[in-house]
Formats: sequence, C-alpha cells, structure tokens
Amino acid sequence: MNMQSEVRTRGIVRGGETLKEHRDRLMEATKRTKHYAGLRTMELRDSDPIKYNKLFSRLRAGVVDARETAKKIAASPIVEQEGELCFTLYNAAGDSILTSTGIIIHVGTMGAAIKYMIENDWESNPGINDKDIFCNNDSLIGNVHPCDIHTIVPIYHEGELIGWVGGVTHVIDTGSVGPGSMSTGQVQRFGDGYSITCRKIGENDELKRDWLHESQRMVRTTRYWMLDERTRVAGCHMIRKLVEEVIADEGIEAYWKFAYEAVEHGRVGLQARIRAMTIPGKYRQVGFVDVPYAHEDVRVPSDFAKVDTIMHTPSEITIRGDATWRLDFEGSSRWGWHTYNAHQVSFTSGIWVMMTQSLIPTEMINDGAAYGTEFRLPKGTWMNPDDRRVAFSYSWHFLVSSWTALWRGLSRSYFGRGYLEEVNAGNANTSNWLQGGGFNQYDEIHAVNSFECAANGVGATAHMDGISHAAAVWNPEGDMGDMEIWELAEPLVYLGRQIKASSGGAGKYRGGCGFESLRMVWNAKDWTMFFMGNGHISSDWGLMGGYPAASGYRFEAHDTRLKEIIAEGGAIPHGGDTDPEHPVWDGQLPDARIKRDKQAITTEAMFKDYDLYLNYMRGGPGFGDPLDREPQAVADDVNGGYLLERFAESVYGVILTNAGDGMKGVDTAATEAKRKAIRKARLDDSVPTQDWMKGEREKILAKDAGLQVQQMFAASFKLGPKFERDFRAFWSLPDDWKLMEADLPIPSYGREYSMDISELPDVKTVQFVEE
Amino acid sequence: MAYTKAKIKDLVDGKIDRDTLHTMLSTPKDKERFQIYLEILQEQVDWDDPIILPLGPKLFIVQRLSDRKWVIRSKAGYDFCDWDQNWKLHARIRVRNTAAQMEELYPRLMAPSPDWQVIREYFCPLSGDLLDVEAPTPWYPVIHDFEPDIETFYKDWLGLAVPERA
Repeated sequence: MNMQSEVRTRGIVRGGETLKEHRDRLMEATKRTKHYAGLRTMELRDSDPIKYNKLFSRLRAGVVDARETAKKIAASPIVEQEGELCFTLYNAAGDSILTSTGIIIHVGTMGAAIKYMIENDWESNPGINDKDIFCNNDSLIGNVHPCDIHTIVPIYHEGELIGWVGGVTHVIDTGSVGPGSMSTGQVQRFGDGYSITCRKIGENDELKRDWLHESQRMVRTTRYWMLDERTRVAGCHMIRKLVEEVIADEGIEAYWKFAYEAVEHGRVGLQARIRAMTIPGKYRQVGFVDVPYAHEDVRVPSDFAKVDTIMHTPSEITIRGDATWRLDFEGSSRWGWHTYNAHQVSFTSGIWVMMTQSLIPTEMINDGAAYGTEFRLPKGTWMNPDDRRVAFSYSWHFLVSSWTALWRGLSRSYFGRGYLEEVNAGNANTSNWLQGGGFNQYDEIHAVNSFECAANGVGATAHMDGISHAAAVWNPEGDMGDMEIWELAEPLVYLGRQIKASSGGAGKYRGGCGFESLRMVWNAKDWTMFFMGNGHISSDWGLMGGYPAASGYRFEAHDTRLKEIIAEGGAIPHGGDTDPEHPVWDGQLPDARIKRDKQAITTEAMFKDYDLYLNYMRGGPGFGDPLDREPQAVADDVNGGYLLERFAESVYGVILTNAGDGMKGVDTAATEAKRKAIRKARLDDSVPTQDWMKGEREKILAKDAGLQVQQMFAASFKLGPKFERDFRAFWSLPDDWKLMEADLPIPSYGREYSMDISELPDVKTVQFVEE
Repeated sequence: MAYTKAKIKDLVDGKIDRDTLHTMLSTPKDKERFQIYLEILQEQVDWDDPIILPLGPKLFIVQRLSDRKWVIRSKAGYDFCDWDQNWKLHARIRVRNTAAQMEELYPRLMAPSPDWQVIREYFCPLSGDLLDVEAPTPWYPVIHDFEPDIETFYKDWLGLAVPERA
C-alpha cells in the first residue's frame, strides 16, 4: 500500500505563508471588503496613534534621507543634479508603504516587479533570501522605460521576510540602438537596449561578478552605470538598516501592522481628499501628441514604421457620491512602432506624481491611492499594449501628453469650489530631449541625455501665471541643472541660455515660459545628436479661455565655419533664437547647412565640432481670456523677454508705449479701444457652433483630413466601440460611412496580429486595471 | 483653516498674498469656501439670478429667477442652454486652421500645424468674451467637458439646501 501525504513547505513570509499565499490572501480580502487587506479598522493607528505616526515619520524621513545621501554617490548629473531617483518601502506583498521624494512614479513600478516575482514563484527559483539583490528594468511587467533601473532588496527579520525596499535611478544610457536613455531610432523592444527581468544580481549583500562584467558592457556609459548601481544599493541598504532599527525600538508587531494599515490609510486618505476638494460628476478631456515618422530625418529600420500618426487619449473621470472615482480611457489609440508606448502600471502609477501636486499633497504616497482608484485602460492601447515587441524608451512622450488633460478635468472641480489655488491649466510637454553620443571630450565612448527639460514652464493657475522654466510633471523637484556641470558631462559648449519668449500659452494668467540653450559641439569625435519633443501638435491645451502652450521645432546647423568666423572676429550666434519667424543666426552663418523646421523628432544625425544645436524647453498652457489680462503684466512680459512684442497687440489687445530705457509701458485708452475692437472682431469672425458643425460634417463625409488624423480615428474606433458610437452620433453619420485603417494608403502592422507577453510559456502577468 | 471673505476675494481677483496662498495650499481645505466664493462672484455680476456653480471666470450655472430653471449663463448675461447640456454647442465658434491664423497667436515654427491640430475658440455671443479654447485634431467632436452632480454635491457633500429647479 502506497502512503501519500501532502508535504507543505513553510513559506518565507513572516508567519509561514509563501509570498503567493500571502498576496492571494490580501487581495481576496481587499476585493471582498473593499478595504485594503480586509482592514475595516486600523488597529494600531486607532489604539496608539502616537506610535503609528512616529513609525510613519521616522520611516518617511529615513527614505528621504537615504535618497539625499545616496545620490551623492552617483556621478551622473541626471541623478546627482536633477534628482532622478527614488526609494520606496514595500510590505511583504509588494504594496508600497511609503516613498521618498523624487521620481515617485516608481511607487508602483517597483511594486509591480515584486508582484511579478511573487506570481511567478521566484520564491522557489531563483530563491529569495536575506541579503539578496535583484535588478529589474523590464517595461513589459510595469517599468516606465528601460533607463529606469530598479534595485530591489528583500527585508528579513529573524529569518522571515517582512518586506522589500526598492531604489530606482534614471541612467544615462541603456545600450539601445541610439545613444541616450530615451532614444528614438528603434521601433521594437529588441532595440530598446539592456532589459533585465527581476534578475538576482547579488547575494550576501555583494554584487555577482558575472553581473558586473555583463552589465557594464551592455551600456555605453559604464562609469555612470556602475556608480548609479552603487547609489541604489547603498540607499536600499540604508533603508533596510533603518527598518531593523525601527523594529528593535518599536517591536515587530507594531511594524507589521503599520506595513498594512498605512496602505489602507492611503486609500481612505484619497477618498477624503476627493470629497474635500472635488465635485461629484463626470469630467471629459483629451490629449494628443504627434508622431511624425514619415520624414527623411527619422531613420528607422522598418518601412512599416515610417508613418505619421497621432497619439489619442480621451479620458472620462467619474467622481461618485461616495467619493470613489473611476478613470476610463476608452477610445485611446493603439500602441505603435515607436518608443512611446507605456505599461499599464507606469500609466496608473505615474498619475500619482501629478496628484501629489494637487489632490493628495501629503507625505503618505503609497499604493493605497491605487487601491482607491478604478482604472480602465483598454487592452491593445498604447498604455496597455497587447504585444511583446513594443518599445518603451520614451513612454513619457505619450504619458505627459495624456495626463495634462487630467489637470484640466480636476481643475474644473477646484475652480467650481473656489479652491483657485489648486487650479492648473496643465503641464508642459516635457521636451526637448537633447540626446546623442560618440567619443566625448575625455576620449571615452559616451552618451548624453540633457535633463535641462526638468525645468519647463508650468501651466497657469486661476489666480497667477504659471512659473517659468521651473518644473517637469515627472519630478516635482525639477531643476534645469548648472551649465558648468552639463559642460563637464557633454562635449557641448553653451553659447546661450535664455527664456523662450512666447512659449507659454496666452491667457488672463499665462503659462510659464520654457527656456532655450544654444549648444556648440566642442571636442567631440564621431559624434551624433537627435531631437525628441512635440512639434506639429501642442499637447497642452489652455483652460477656461486660456490658449495652449506653443509647440516645438528644431534648429541645427552644420558646416558653420564658426572656427573661421571666430578667428576673424566676426559675429557669432549666441543667446536665444528669440523670434524664429525672424531668425538672426541664419544670417551669421551664410555657408551653413541649417535645419529649421517642425520636425521635432529625429534620429541620430552626424555632428562635428562647431556645429550648433538648439535645445528648446516648452512652456505651459494659459488660463482665462487673454483680453482680461492686466495690461501692465503684458508690458512686463515684453520687458522681461517672456513675450514677443507683436503679440501684445494681436493676442492681448495691449497697445504698448515707450516707457524709457528701452522699456515698454501701456497706452490705457488705446488698449481699451483695441480690446473692444478685438471682441467685436471675434463676433464678426465667428459663427454659431451648430452652423460650423454642418461644414465640418461635410468634411468628415468626404474624408477630408490628413492621413494621420484618419489613422488616429480609425485606430481608436477599432479599440473603442463606445468612442466610435459617440463620434457617429455626434456627427449624425450614415451607417455606410466607414473609416478603417485597412483602407488607408499607409501600413498598419500590428492592427490585426499581436502576441502578448502572457502567452509566453510559464509567464504569469499581473493585471492591475480593468481592460 | 478658515479665511476671511476679503482674503478669498483677493484670491478671486488674483491678488492673494503669498503667505496666505501658502497656507491655502498646505493645510486642509476650508469647507465653507464655496459659499463665500459664490457670494463674491454674485457681487461681481450684473444680474440677481443666483449662481449655483461657477464653470469658468465668466461662465456659470445659475438658477434663473423668472422660471427657476437651471441654465448655463455667461457673465454678460447670455443663456446658452439647460445646465446639463454642452454650452459650447450654443456659443459662437472661430476655428483657426491656417498657418496665418495660428501665427496671430504664436511665432512661426512655434504654432501647431493645422493639418494635425486646429484651435477652436468659443465666444459669448453677447460680449465676445473667450470662454473656452479647444485644440483637437480636425473632425473632433465638441467635448462636453463637465457634467456636475450638483444635487449630491450640495446635499451630501456640503450639507446645503439644493436650489429649487423647475
């Protein structure tokens, strides 16, 4: 007789559960009770609030301290100057308890990696032991883009796992097809560079030699890569030590309770803020950005990617009477053959970066907010791709262009309630990204990725202008960096850095302006550079009568003869490209080959010493009717270089006078008359909306629009049946009017055939949103 | 934290001092702000019909005293439609869809390309005030951007009586 008995292995989680059992139990309780982990009451917080808050304050201060200390290890200005790093503490199930300052989009992304390890039984193979070190940057399981490298360390107490700590830095290069961390040349993941899926790279607190040897040769900027890794490991170990000390002082029971109650606290906190700041109802908005790939300066390997397309993200926010909310992105466009796709986690997790700047400006940023939010991201869209070939290296191009619309939606709430201080017309399209590589001034293989655009213009509020050259939505602590540091990191001399006039959207309160830097290639060899930003489309609409921010363009000059011009003592370009409609530099470079156009995305172009590159950082959108702007504020804008003079009259209706010393003042009477005339002209030039709709409908019936517009609608119709129904109803289109991608004279690879990563053998993906 | 009516008026008028602004941003919200805000706005319009909810600096949902209907009204006094309809469909529109029209707003090269994106300006038919700007692709439906649940907001969230609606 055979005797069989079930042998149950003790799991590694405190109390003996396996990681999978632990997470399953928590998720089941969350679903059943609508409270995180079934915590209908928060025992520690309610019975001993002082201890609870002490735990929170000490841990939060500790993770911030770890970030501030560890970043000094890095040599990369992206980390050391711009602060592009973040540390987060997780409970055993991979849900974040609290996070540091910095690029807090990763509050969810590193948790997604931990959950991937849990769901795919890393516990049994490769094993998760005390003092292990894991590395991840896989965008198919939740990372934003491959240049965000995660270091993840389990935290043990008396032989049992009690949590995790994760650290992330944005590295300067990932060894992708083109140099720079967010390159444009590849159209599939296989060109995105080094991709690491939750790999165990260290044991006993020591990095493995095979990892060190392999990883350093997979990227161009080896020294930065290695010091970034030491930054992350040091920060993680600081936080692990902090947790050990906290447990020694407060006891494991208190810490264990805190690690779960904090998440429920975050969920409840979000709901309380929604009720305190918003208005129940439905909010609709939309975001767009251009992908202009049918251009000779976009050199990609695949013909099917050489098409102009438009990213489309309509969104509907529903705030219910019980202060819960749902964000639905029905109608969004399909993923594409470019590097701007995003995983569902980076889309949802990133939203918290902006919410912390208005809706939940607290220190308690954790996964509670995610559990308190219903997201619907249709499968197959760019923010939830259904194909494992998609590239991600600059997912932010689409992310920021989509989220800017959410500011507008929420701002309608804040405005309605009178919380004008919270209104924000939107963020800037965070570009241009100056990138490239070759041999640098130190004769080393190098890649550059200027983070000057961590200081774009900010959208206007309902009571003041947006701040100029100040911030980027993805890092609330934005900083343009010191020119001297960038010149050390890049073989590019500054010939100028100034405010970009007229880049902020007009309005009663104008958007903050961006700025521009003119860089001259110097002491580089075999050098390339490229552009990355919006061009044909301004992603950032204004609000309540404010205008969108200006859109982008490129300026590059080759064969400039600047060496000779300098030797001859001639005039050289410097400062900014103040008025691109009346360029000055071009005349100073009579023999140069100049590219000055709307092609704001390019791939690697060859540059040599004395060539020029303009890095133009975008502005933010405006708020309210520009005719309601204080006239003197318009004169001040002209005097300060924020507005080109001719727009004072055409946009703001302000007639300027000479106020002496080259400054402008206001002719009040003439301004009043001009504004009256503009209001009259508006009425004369406009038509009733319903009359205009008749003409626009005729254009739709005749398919009278650019191919990129038709492709966008066709792709959205296929993935968003409700979007198509609403479109057809709005325009009263006949049943026989069809718009199919297959009928358009451009390729649409990926339209019918796709294969998700979940179809690979032995892979269990984690679904975080409704699809 | 509560604020005086004078301070909230400063905010509405764009003249708030930085210390108070910082307090407003960094401390829990003052629930009573809404009513004080409505009072201030009501004093700034030339009509007596009560404002129920502001939709923009010059756009409101109001209770029309003559028939107790809730309507969307501009500051200049134009009634667009019922409160739950898309007011933009009843406004005047100007569409900028040429480079020349775009370059009245932006320097050349910094303007959107009209075959990718147009600018739609919605005006008050009485005053010519610019009440909203949309910047979508050609063909895009006029967006119904906000459908507030006023009853729940007043009754359940603020504990206020819901204004009568015909």
